[in-house]
Amino acid sequence: MSGLVLNNVTKQFGAFTAVDNVHLSVPHGTFVCLLGPSGCGKTTLLRMIAGLEDPTNGTILLDGADITDVPTHKRNLGMVFQSLALFPHLSVGENIAYSLRIRGASREEQKKRVDELLTLIHLPGYGDRPVSKLSGGQRQRVAIARALALSPKIFLLDEPLSALDAKLREAMQVELRQLQQKLGITTIVVTHDQREAMTMADTVVVMNGGHIRQAASPIEIYRKPADTFVADFIGSTNLIETQVDSSGAATILGHRVQGIVLPAGAQKATISVRPEDVHLTAPGNGAIDGTVTFVRDLGGTIETFVEAGGQQIIAVSTPRERPEVTAGQAVGIALSPDVCVVLKQ
Amino acid sequence: MKREPPQSIADYGPLFFPAGMLLIFFVVPFGTMIAVSFFQRQEGGFYTPAFVFSNYERFLTAFFGGVLGFSLMLAVTVAICCVVLALPFTYLLSRLTRRLQVIWLVGLLSVLSLSEVIIGFAWSTLLSRTAGLSNLLVKIGLLEQPVALFPSFGAVLTGMVYQALPYTILVLYPAIVRLDPTLMEAARTLGSSPIRAFFNVLVPALRNTIMATLIMVFIFALGSYLLPQILGRPQHWTLSVLITDQAIYQSNMPFAAAMAVFLVLVTLGLVALTLLIGRKGEKA
Repeated sequence: MSGLVLNNVTKQFGAFTAVDNVHLSVPHGTFVCLLGPSGCGKTTLLRMIAGLEDPTNGTILLDGADITDVPTHKRNLGMVFQSLALFPHLSVGENIAYSLRIRGASREEQKKRVDELLTLIHLPGYGDRPVSKLSGGQRQRVAIARALALSPKIFLLDEPLSALDAKLREAMQVELRQLQQKLGITTIVVTHDQREAMTMADTVVVMNGGHIRQAASPIEIYRKPADTFVADFIGSTNLIETQVDSSGAATILGHRVQGIVLPAGAQKATISVRPEDVHLTAPGNGAIDGTVTFVRDLGGTIETFVEAGGQQIIAVSTPRERPEVTAGQAVGIALSPDVCVVLKQ
Repeated sequence: MKREPPQSIADYGPLFFPAGMLLIFFVVPFGTMIAVSFFQRQEGGFYTPAFVFSNYERFLTAFFGGVLGFSLMLAVTVAICCVVLALPFTYLLSRLTRRLQVIWLVGLLSVLSLSEVIIGFAWSTLLSRTAGLSNLLVKIGLLEQPVALFPSFGAVLTGMVYQALPYTILVLYPAIVRLDPTLMEAARTLGSSPIRAFFNVLVPALRNTIMATLIMVFIFALGSYLLPQILGRPQHWTLSVLITDQAIYQSNMPFAAAMAVFLVLVTLGLVALTLLIGRKGEKA
C-alpha cells in the first residue's frame, strides 16, 4: 500500500520501553498529529520514522519499500526540530539551499528554489539575512522552508511551535495546515497541545506509555474517545461510574438511564459526558437530582458545578442558554443516552 | 541588563588587584627584558646599561631568520595537526556516555601532569632502533629490520603534538559539548551523510573556537625548547632553544632578550593578522 506504514514498531532504551509494539498507517497526503503527554513515546516514534533512532523491533515501510535500515540522509524526508536547528553560520538563503547544495544543484537552481520557498513562507527578499537577525516566527518559517526544499515524501515536525508565544502559535497552526493542504504532503507532527492537534490534523494519534490509545479524526477523538485516558486528555470531560442494577439496566448516579449499553457481561463501566452535553433542568421529571455548588461565569461560557450522587459534574453552557441558577440551588441533570460514551476499561 | 559606566575612581577598585599583579609579574619583567635587549654586552661577563641596536642587528642574518622561520613553521604545523586530530576525537568523545567521557578526560589530564623531559625521553625510547616501535613493525613483517625514527623532524612533531593534544581537546571540549546536537541531525535529514555533515556543519559552526584553539596551540608550541633538543637534530632547533642557549650557556642576556622580544612581536603580529582575516571572513 502507498504511504507510510509502521509494523509492530518497538523501541527500548535499556530496560525502558519508549515505544511498545506500535501499528500505524499513514496514507499519502494526510496530516497526522502524534499527541500525548511528555514521555509517551511520540518523539521517539517520530525519530524512528526519520531514521535518527533504530527500532528495537518492527519495520517501517514507505510506499511498500522497507526503509527500516535506510540511513536518514537517504530517506528523502524533511524534518523541523524543536530547537529548529538552523545553521548559525549560514544565511537564510543558504540554510534553505543546504539540501540542494548537498545534492549538487547548480547555483541558478538553488536560487530559483530558494526564491520560490521564500515566497511560499511569506518572507520574500530575506535570503541574504543572517539567521540570528530573525524573529521566532520567521525562524520557524525558515526551518519549514529548509525542510521542504527537496519536496520530500514525508514532512516531520517535532513540537515545531512550542517556542512561539500563544498568539503566534495559533496563527502558525492555521498557516501550517494551509501549507500542507496546498502541497498535499504527508505530514506528521509531534505535539502535546491538543488544540494544535485538533486545528491541524486529519488524524490524531493519542499516545500514552508507548502505546497508541486511539487514532482517529479529531472530531471522533473528541466525540467518541476510546478510553478514560483519551477522554480525559482531550478537552475536559465528566467521567462517571455506571453500574448495572439488579434488573440489568444501567444506572448513573443512582438513576436509571435508558439506552446506555455496557459491554456484554460488564457489571460496571466508566462513561464520559462532555460538559457542553450536560443540560440543567428543573428538578424532578426523571432528571438526576443535584445541587449547584459554584457558578463560574466567564462571559463567553458559563461553567456550572453540580454535586450529584456524591460526584461533581460540570456543565458548560453559552450565555444564550444561560441556566438561571445560583449556588445552593437544587437542579436536575438531563443526560440523553447518545452523549454518554461508554469507555473501555 | 545595562550597566552603568564607572563614575569615580573608586568604581575601578575591583580592578586594582589584578592590575597590580599584571604590572608586577608581567609588565615590569617584560619591560626589563625590552630594556636589556638594548644593553651593551660585556665580553665573557655581564652587560652594561646602554642604548645600542647591535643585538637586533646581529639577529638580522640568514641563520637566525631561518631559525625563526622554522620555529613558526613548526608551531603552525603542530597547531594544525593537533586541531585536525582533536576535532573528530572530541566530537566522538562528546557523544559517549557521561561516565566514559569522564574517564577519557581524566586520562587526558594525567598526560598533562607529565613533564616535558619525561615526554621527550619516553618518545626517544619509543622511536629508537633498539627498543622502539619499529621492532613491532618488524615482528608483524612490515619492516625488514628495525630503524631509528629519531632524531628527525617527524620525531619532534610527534612529541610536540603528543604534548599539546590534551590542551587542544580540553579547549575544544566545552564548545563541542554545548553545540546543539540537532544541528548534525538536521544536516542528516537534509541529505548529508554524517561525515559530510561533520565538515559542512560542525566545523563551520565551530569556526571561532577552532581559530582560538589554533592560536593557543601555536603559541604553546612556539615556547617549546626541550623536545626539539631531545628529539631533533640541530637543524630542528627552534628559536626558543637558541634563546636558552644564548641566555644560559653563552651568558649573552642582551642578545637573548632581543631574540625574545622579536619572537613576541612576530607572534603578536601573526595572531593579529589571523584575527583580522577571521573577522573579514565573518563579515563576508
